[in-house]
Amino acid sequence: MAKVPMLIDETGQPYIILQDQQNEQRISGIDALKNNIYAAMAVGGTIRTSYGPKGMDKALVSRDGDVSVTNDGRTILESMDIANQIARLIVELSIAHDDEVGDGTTGVAILACALCEHCLPLLSKGIHPIRIAEGFEKAASAVCSYIETIADKIEFSQGDVSPLLVPARSCISSKIINRQSDQMAKIAVDAVTSVCDWERRDVQFDHIKIESKAGGRLEDTELIQGLLIDKGISHIQMSKKIEKAKIAILTCPFEAPKPKTKYEINIDTTEKYEKLAQEEKEYYRRMVDLCKASGANLIICQWGFDDEANYLLMKNELPAIRWVGGPDIELIAMATGGKIIPRFEDITPEKLGTAELVREITIGNSGDQCMTCIEGCPYTKAVTIFLRGGNKMIIEEAKRSIHDAVCVVRNLIKDNRIVYGGGAVELASSIHINELADTIATQDQYIFRAYAEAMEAIPVCLAENSGLDAMSEIEKIKVQQVTTKNPFLGIDCMELGESDMKKNGVYETLVGKKAQISLATQVVRMILKIDDLIKEGGEQ
Amino acid sequence: MSVIPILNEGASEERQENARMSNFVGAIAIKDLVKTTLGPKGMDKIMQSTTNTNDVTITNDGATILKNVAADNAAAKILINVSMTQDSEVGDGTTSVVVFTGELLAEAEKLINKNIHPQTIIMGYRKAQKVAIETLQKCARDNSHEQSKLMDDLMNIAKTTLSSKILSQDKDHFAKIAVDAILRQGKDVNVDRISFIKKVGGTLTDSYLDEGYILSKSMGVGQPRRIENARIMIANTAMDADKVKIYGAKVKTSNMQNVIDLEKAEKDRMARKVELICDSKCNVFINRLLIYNYPEQLFTQKGVVSIEHAEFDGIEHLAAITGAEIVSEFREGADYRLGTCKLIEEVIIGEDRVIRFSGLPKAGASTIVLRGANQHVLDEAERSLHDALCVLQQAIRDHRVVYGGGCTEMIMAQAVDDVANLTQGKQQLAMLGFSTALRQMPTHLCDNAGLDSHEVVSKLRAAHFAEKEKLGECPLGLNLEKGEVGSMEKLGIVESISVKNAMINSACEATELILRVDTILTSAPRQRREE
Repeated sequence: MAKVPMLIDETGQPYIILQDQQNEQRISGIDALKNNIYAAMAVGGTIRTSYGPKGMDKALVSRDGDVSVTNDGRTILESMDIANQIARLIVELSIAHDDEVGDGTTGVAILACALCEHCLPLLSKGIHPIRIAEGFEKAASAVCSYIETIADKIEFSQGDVSPLLVPARSCISSKIINRQSDQMAKIAVDAVTSVCDWERRDVQFDHIKIESKAGGRLEDTELIQGLLIDKGISHIQMSKKIEKAKIAILTCPFEAPKPKTKYEINIDTTEKYEKLAQEEKEYYRRMVDLCKASGANLIICQWGFDDEANYLLMKNELPAIRWVGGPDIELIAMATGGKIIPRFEDITPEKLGTAELVREITIGNSGDQCMTCIEGCPYTKAVTIFLRGGNKMIIEEAKRSIHDAVCVVRNLIKDNRIVYGGGAVELASSIHINELADTIATQDQYIFRAYAEAMEAIPVCLAENSGLDAMSEIEKIKVQQVTTKNPFLGIDCMELGESDMKKNGVYETLVGKKAQISLATQVVRMILKIDDLIKEGGEQ
Repeated sequence: MSVIPILNEGASEERQENARMSNFVGAIAIKDLVKTTLGPKGMDKIMQSTTNTNDVTITNDGATILKNVAADNAAAKILINVSMTQDSEVGDGTTSVVVFTGELLAEAEKLINKNIHPQTIIMGYRKAQKVAIETLQKCARDNSHEQSKLMDDLMNIAKTTLSSKILSQDKDHFAKIAVDAILRQGKDVNVDRISFIKKVGGTLTDSYLDEGYILSKSMGVGQPRRIENARIMIANTAMDADKVKIYGAKVKTSNMQNVIDLEKAEKDRMARKVELICDSKCNVFINRLLIYNYPEQLFTQKGVVSIEHAEFDGIEHLAAITGAEIVSEFREGADYRLGTCKLIEEVIIGEDRVIRFSGLPKAGASTIVLRGANQHVLDEAERSLHDALCVLQQAIRDHRVVYGGGCTEMIMAQAVDDVANLTQGKQQLAMLGFSTALRQMPTHLCDNAGLDSHEVVSKLRAAHFAEKEKLGECPLGLNLEKGEVGSMEKLGIVESISVKNAMINSACEATELILRVDTILTSAPRQRREE
């Protein structure tokens, strides 16, 4: 990179415009643009092999040496130790897409990188970056409206959710848990449909809790109709199974009082000492009596218990769970219909939550792996997906994959329109944009063609990752799409001998695809608008 | 165009061949590290801490070895985690799972060198795994209908597990200890309830299973050393000084007299607490925490035996077996559920005094007293017995057994081969690789025993092939004592099916996880400040 050129005034004295300008590096104009584009493309190169059902995984070693293995675009990009700011834009794109849609985080990054790549020849032709940016934007909106016309609907209802299994399975097919894709797809669909509000067609994500324990097999993964909390009952002699539980949900500790204001109690006489000691004893009793008096038969507390309080609870046949995290407390309150009670004085029978059955379960060999399961909650239909697997890494990956599948199902419940995967929709759009290009009399013609070509990056990538001859495969499918006027033809990654994705059951959500196209285009526009790159001189 | 660096300094990206090579090298290195410990003739490892060179562990246990390996390789870390999970889930087979994963990866490496795509290998392995697990279920034997045979099975399982450990010399003795300890628990087996007392001195054969519970603590000074028909109170309470826990409480006095008064008040408070405890009519008081001299003296005066510092494990055990509740709060007129015990006495093991509780109301308690020449032997003996107990726990839950000594592996390998021969396409090669990996398990057993593994394993393979009509019934395996093929049925070498099952499943999952990786992204290590 070139140093910032020194400016000299008429007397020959150097001007200082920027602080420490000798140390700063600056590139501008077309060089800056190209530089940025190469940086963005480098990121794409890393993740493109993860795309599709035969995509590979990445092993990520964190700064502290922890290993995770994943296929999820967002996780890969987020964990890359990236210094380049333009490359970071691609990372943020993927994160934004994940937050919004949940699935397709790799695809969006690949598309953005392909768009960047196809800017290069346009820039060489001398087309102004702003023209490219605008042209891309037009092309993107043309694609979005076109894919709506070729979108399909999947019909399902509260009574029959089985059509949702197909898209869930497509989502899982690229992940390691595809060895159990049927089972996992079913879990994802059941989880979403049981917490779904069918009238508003909305899904409260908070009601799906994902818990995991290493050990066992992936096959042992199950959906629990209730909540699972990674904590055991606080005293070993308390009852471990409570039927028809009445739950007091507390956020106050069973400990000696500790007001927030700083204070001191000065003891100077024996009487005061005695009184204080007595007071303390009474304090614990009062706490437990208040709980007991409300009719509760289970205490769930966010904080710790003093030994004495713990014993008193046991003695009063009040099983208790301590150190339950904030989000769990809220979930329990929502599910059981209880109120979160911040002070012992406020415990009243109306504020208690209820559940059919609460039981402690032990996992594996050693007794310290206890979890508590709350089943039969009256209010919300909260569910827990309980993942098992042979090691920590596979469980973490399963968690991410299930999350993606759950997102897909949720999106379909909100909007049941789908497009066909396997690159079919991208190829159809590419053909469409190319046709449109011929009708445009401005420079946009070139830009549209470049956009069309960039759209092909997705099927190319799929074909490459599946070990097919990408170029000939793409050409073949394109010709077929045009001649048969069937926009559902795509890349046959699994070598099923059938390229109609409708028959193969490879679905993607329309919402997701549209978000991919518009988000990717936006980021590329942003990159195109940068024409100056100033790097501050490092600290000396 | 110059390469634009997008990663931070110190971070790296390894792709394709490099990434795969790094994974294979790491995983196979870990496999090679532990493979020599496999089987009855396996060797042990010494682990020495870098910071404290006196801190030495000698072990044969895969999980313990790997826990102490500081690996800096993604695949190696995955393998270590697999072993740890196997340890916490089933307790044994921690070495086998790593060796088998390593072998599967070694076979995969060969196939990748032949330009077969990892995904194809994964598909082949999955098919093979399915066949192997089905075969495993088929060749399992269930003797639960016949009590005496079931007992034999349990004894044999324990013996097989122990035969690869330091206890192999006296495996009959220890197998009996382990089986007895487990059976005493009744239906609800919990290995944590069995405690170990390790005392240096004597020989390993002097170890025994005590009917009662042994607490390695001592009774208070001047208190009786033998109590019959004990009534026990178990507590978790402060018996040093009963501090006021209210935050901010602070003594501030103006003269000496006040200090004396307060000290007396504190003493009185403790005396009252002791009084309250004694009011419960207990004659033995066991506390989790320390008991200071003053309360101990009061207990002595009242004729109550006090035992201090029994730890969480101790009081939880005792509470479970004596039927007492763990008390933390005392008041007048309260009734406490006391525990009972026919006899508590102080006994001497070696040169140490311990407290023995016998004639307990509830079943399940047992203490294994281990004797041995030095601490290392005792530690390793505990780990070995713990493994055996875990396996027995699994065996109680699932009675089915399979033959050891490489027999089951050979049966599974043969079944996989049969299916592979009928499979068209490249997956066939992967399936054959899977069966080769299975056959490597007996090969390692032979190698470790100093036998000509190729010779012996091929004989075993031929013997299995000869009986192929009766797939799954052939009981032939390796007789490592004689270095020949022998009937596992006669030798009594059996393993619990759940251990084998868990081993194959988690090895396959881990293999798949590692094979799917084609890029390793490493972040720059966090900078540690000089201390």
